[in-house]
Amino acid sequence: MRVNVEVNGEQRTADDVWPGESLLYVLRERLGLPGAKNACEQGECGSCTVYLDGTPVCACLVAAGQVEGRSVRTVEGLGSAEELDPVQDAFVRTGAVQCGFCTPGLVVAAHDLVHRKPDASDAEIREALAGNLCRCTGYEKILDAVRMAAVAVKEQRS
Amino acid sequence: MDFLRPSTLDEALAMKAEFPDAVPIAGGTDVMVELNFDVRRPPALLDLGLVTELSGWTRENGHVRLGATVPYTRIVTELGDVLPGLAMAARTVGSPQIRNRGTVGGNLGSASPAGDAHPPLVAVGADIEVASTRGSRTVPAREFFTAPKKSALEPDELIVAIQVPEAAGPQQFAKVGTRNAMVIAVCSFAVTLDVAGKGVGTGIGSAGPTPLRALEAERFAAAELPWGSGEPLQENIVRAFGELVGAAARPIDDVRGTAAYRRHALSVLARRTLGWAWRSVPQEVAK
Ligand SMILES: Cc1cc2nc3c(=O)[nH]c(=O)nc-3n(C[C@H](O)[C@H](O)[C@H](O)COP(=O)(O)OP(=O)(O)OC[C@H]3O[C@@H](n4cnc5c(N)ncnc54)[C@H](O)[C@@H]3O)c2cc1C
Ligand code: FES
Ligand code: FES
Repeated sequence: MRVNVEVNGEQRTADDVWPGESLLYVLRERLGLPGAKNACEQGECGSCTVYLDGTPVCACLVAAGQVEGRSVRTVEGLGSAEELDPVQDAFVRTGAVQCGFCTPGLVVAAHDLVHRKPDASDAEIREALAGNLCRCTGYEKILDAVRMAAVAVKEQRS
Repeated sequence: MDFLRPSTLDEALAMKAEFPDAVPIAGGTDVMVELNFDVRRPPALLDLGLVTELSGWTRENGHVRLGATVPYTRIVTELGDVLPGLAMAARTVGSPQIRNRGTVGGNLGSASPAGDAHPPLVAVGADIEVASTRGSRTVPAREFFTAPKKSALEPDELIVAIQVPEAAGPQQFAKVGTRNAMVIAVCSFAVTLDVAGKGVGTGIGSAGPTPLRALEAERFAAAELPWGSGEPLQENIVRAFGELVGAAARPIDDVRGTAAYRRHALSVLARRTLGWAWRSVPQEVAK
């Protein structure tokens, strides 16, 4: 089947989609967007987190056909190599990236949080990132990154 | 495999009647795991995402009519005041990403004994509204579950809405697991108080072949609680309530815990949740 979906602001079409495949598969294997990672395919790790109509979801748990006519934003759509999003920049600066496998999903989840709730407490940050696993950092640097990004977002706004 | 995409409830019911083997998909948080791991290869998926009749909620004569596909996140943010027990349970489901997609309709559709929405629905006496081209009917949540992962839903039926009575007093939900997020309950418990009606509701999760009600515990507490006195609970009442709840469970040993542990943990959950609920009985009502 064919799936038409807006991805990172561009209208895209994926052909020969198997109706049972996931949005994650469509993004990575059919649309050439390997940012969202495939680590568990069962919603446990969050490394496939993308925005679907502005809401963070696990792309591995969305059926391809369910995104027909909808809008998806992946980590590739947040910033560019030349101009990082403040959240990406904060992850780099704080050393919140080691192997990097969890990073795209965490960046999207953190991006959602700092825009929805830039004054989030530490407990709220932990809660918001509870669906994203990282096997390397021990999370402390990730918390630093989110706090730094939240400050940047508040400065942008004022 | 076909992908069916009805845009109205009538269309969805017609498709389900024509293709009873089509698997409905709402948030996909159960269905997609099965597809990704090739546990299930249905002839068709029936996407409920465009069916607006399923995706909202309304308040009607003392209850909330909760559309089957309203995600947990919306229950937490929009219904915490009127359905505190269900909202508390919703807050414990998976992670933010799972709560943004997962639905009560899907929880009921999967009918896992560990489903977190079930104990509060059982405790408060919710009704499940199901429909097919043959018509619609309501099934009490207390009768909906028939065996592990089995329900009263017929192959041509869809879950349309859940009619949940608005809280008539404090409600609590608690669950035991290895961490706060991403945990399938080892056991869980919901309690509701009907302050004016002097009634107590209970729901036990993950400690039996289906979600259960602790009837003896409900009757005992309804009779023994010092309704209207504003007094704190006596230790012996709380303890006996916990024991009756533990006794009502029908747990098994499995990877998440032993039957004996589940019974014990349920008694503890029952004691604590009853205590929390009682403490938040509004004092002006209590006196
Ligand atoms: C990482 C992870 C963590 C989880 N944590 C929890 C947890 O803490 N607690 C918990 O209870 N669950 C948990 N779950 C399970 C799941 O999220 C819930 O059961 C959720 O409520 C399913 O809703 P859904 O809309 O995603 O269902 P779907 O996957 O879309 O559907 C589930 C089942 O219900 C059927 N169905 C869906 N809607 C209807 C309808 N309207 N009429 C008839 N049948 C229907 C489907 O055909 C399918 O059989 C978790 C899942 C994952 C992947
Ligand atoms: S790959 Fe989707 S949550 Fe792990
Ligand atoms: S940096 Fe390696 S998993 Fe997070």
